[in-house]
Amino acid sequence: MIYEKYIRVLYIDLTTRKIRVEHREDLYSYLGGVGVASKLLEENIKPGLDVLDPEQPIIFAIGAASTIFPVITKTVAMFWSPLTGELGESYAGGRMAMTLFLAGYDAVVITGKSDKPIYIAISRNNVEFKDARALWGMDSDEVGRVIREREPGGGKRSIIRIGPAGENLVKYASVCVDTYRHFGRLGLGAVMGSKKLKAISIVGDRNVPIKNFKEYFKVYQEIYKRVTDTEIMSKYHDAGTPINIEPLNAAGALPTKNLRQNVFEHGDKISGEAFARQNLVRKMACTGCPVGCIHIGQFRREFDKGHEYEAVSVSYDYELLFALGSFIGVKSSDEVLELIEIVEHMGLDAMSTGVVLGWATEALAKNLITQEQTIVPLAFGNTKAYIEAIKHIAMKTNDFYAILAEGADKASDVYGGKDFAMTFAKNEMAGYHTGYGQVVGQTVGARHSHLCNGGYSIDQSMKEFDKEKLVNALFNEEKERCMLNSLIICLFARKVYDRKTILAVLNSIGYDITDEELTALGERIYRTKLRIKQMMGFDPKSVKLPKRLFETPSMSGKLDEQVTYELIDMYYKKVEELMAKAD
Amino acid sequence: MTGMNKCIGCFTCMFVCAGVNRHNHSLSKSAIRVRTSGGLQGKFVSIVCLACKDERACAEACPSGALEKRPGGGVIFKFEKCIGCRKCEAACIVGAVHFDEDENKPIICKHCGVCARFCPHDCLEMEERPDDL
Repeated sequence: MIYEKYIRVLYIDLTTRKIRVEHREDLYSYLGGVGVASKLLEENIKPGLDVLDPEQPIIFAIGAASTIFPVITKTVAMFWSPLTGELGESYAGGRMAMTLFLAGYDAVVITGKSDKPIYIAISRNNVEFKDARALWGMDSDEVGRVIREREPGGGKRSIIRIGPAGENLVKYASVCVDTYRHFGRLGLGAVMGSKKLKAISIVGDRNVPIKNFKEYFKVYQEIYKRVTDTEIMSKYHDAGTPINIEPLNAAGALPTKNLRQNVFEHGDKISGEAFARQNLVRKMACTGCPVGCIHIGQFRREFDKGHEYEAVSVSYDYELLFALGSFIGVKSSDEVLELIEIVEHMGLDAMSTGVVLGWATEALAKNLITQEQTIVPLAFGNTKAYIEAIKHIAMKTNDFYAILAEGADKASDVYGGKDFAMTFAKNEMAGYHTGYGQVVGQTVGARHSHLCNGGYSIDQSMKEFDKEKLVNALFNEEKERCMLNSLIICLFARKVYDRKTILAVLNSIGYDITDEELTALGERIYRTKLRIKQMMGFDPKSVKLPKRLFETPSMSGKLDEQVTYELIDMYYKKVEELMAKAD
Repeated sequence: MTGMNKCIGCFTCMFVCAGVNRHNHSLSKSAIRVRTSGGLQGKFVSIVCLACKDERACAEACPSGALEKRPGGGVIFKFEKCIGCRKCEAACIVGAVHFDEDENKPIICKHCGVCARFCPHDCLEMEERPDDL
């Protein structure tokens, strides 16, 4: 809790509909965010029970400096991932961090299961359990609209919710946060669905006097100036993250058609420029971020004969254009937006959905599965078929789609095609075929996300390939991001928030902390995550990578399978050393 | 409020207003409010004191003389004279007088311009006006 030496945790039990609040002084040194959430997950996880057992927890946490400094906007969710069977960790922007901060909770722990669909309404002086029976089955857009009309606090409110995919326990179901942002990856939506929890509404309007205004505002202004007056952040606002499509495609790093190719011949039609020219209608920001990287694109759809049109708006980003564009051969910006729309409504993770569809498309072409199973003729570029397939996944229409709803790894266990099921330890790949950094990074990352250690970025900045240097860079970045995510700084602003700036931020709001302590904190958080992974039964030696990674050349040339596993071994030696250290 | 179409909804104006004028982190303490109607197409609007000239409805409604005419437009708030009756809030036709429930006092814009200074997309603008008194 800001200006207090404890972390204020709200515990919600959905089975008994009871709540309690604890002031945890023992968690204070973890700052907040992923530090606090990891500890709470470690305490509350039930290793002996099923991943989706009602007793399993969902943890949300905001950071030590959430909302009150520019671009410190994220909330972390931690849980047991039904997709990978191990560490679930996901970040979302929007208004959620601001509302939790101003409702007066640093973290929320949700356990148990409601007997009927419900949503929770959280405010600074109340937590209510509300009937959501009529909302069950609604898409995530519609449920947002209904709750917006029912709950007070517009402008100071955040609404997070699941769609049909979460209700039906699709293992990569997402959670939509305030229409534009998501806890996308690793299946938090299914965990909420398993608890019959359709949505959470949070209102934040607490009185929080600033302790040391002079010092605080001095630091605030310096950061604000760097964020808005320098070039560091401008690309995120300008054309946004999709600007990366073009350079990555030119470099041969854009995974295309289930990574049968590293270049998309229609890349120019789904580039950031193309979207900006044809579809971009507005930009938006998470609360407290003067950058505004959220890009809203619009397309027109004829829904009936006689010139009956509707205009549809959806938010788009690089990873979505990769997963629902190049990866499944979709070659127009309008069609990509149409796919994003259906993924949003169903409440799925866009990245996993695209990569799963890539596998299914190739599996059908190779006759591992039949069109009787797929119902629609899946083929690269066939948007109409993909739209139907996405609905089938969310609804688990038949046995085949029920398996597809478990992810590409599971599907290839059942139907074959393991060599081209593009996953890393069961998490579908991100949109980078840049080299060893990405492949090794996503494999060894604590949650098998490209954002654990930014391997794709190391590939692009490293001048000469050096095994030792690469492994060290991944390892150090993983630890550093554990620390950054305890504040929780949006990773887009990681160049603004250097160590000096972070110390200034923390000192200005009363934290007495040194540079060395920040380093030690990163290590401590990483060790906590590694312990949780052990509890969940993760065996690094069991990870087998799909052969396709080594067949299709990356931006850095063809990757060698032996070298890759050697790098992974080198990395885990460092992990063992870290685990041997005392907390 | 020259270009609210450019607004990205970052709420920086509200944070700095509450911070500078009230030394508070809460959005509820801000004299300027940015609102959206929700969804993907709802536009942002800013609600802030328009600095009425000549006749000030809020000051007219105040029974205790806590709102004095400010040269150039708007009013100056006299904290010690305010009894917290909320008549000014009801009198403001554009809804720009907000109420601080903790202090039991209205939140009156000082026209300091900090919101405009920190608007990253130039949606807000500060304007010099001649003395009308």
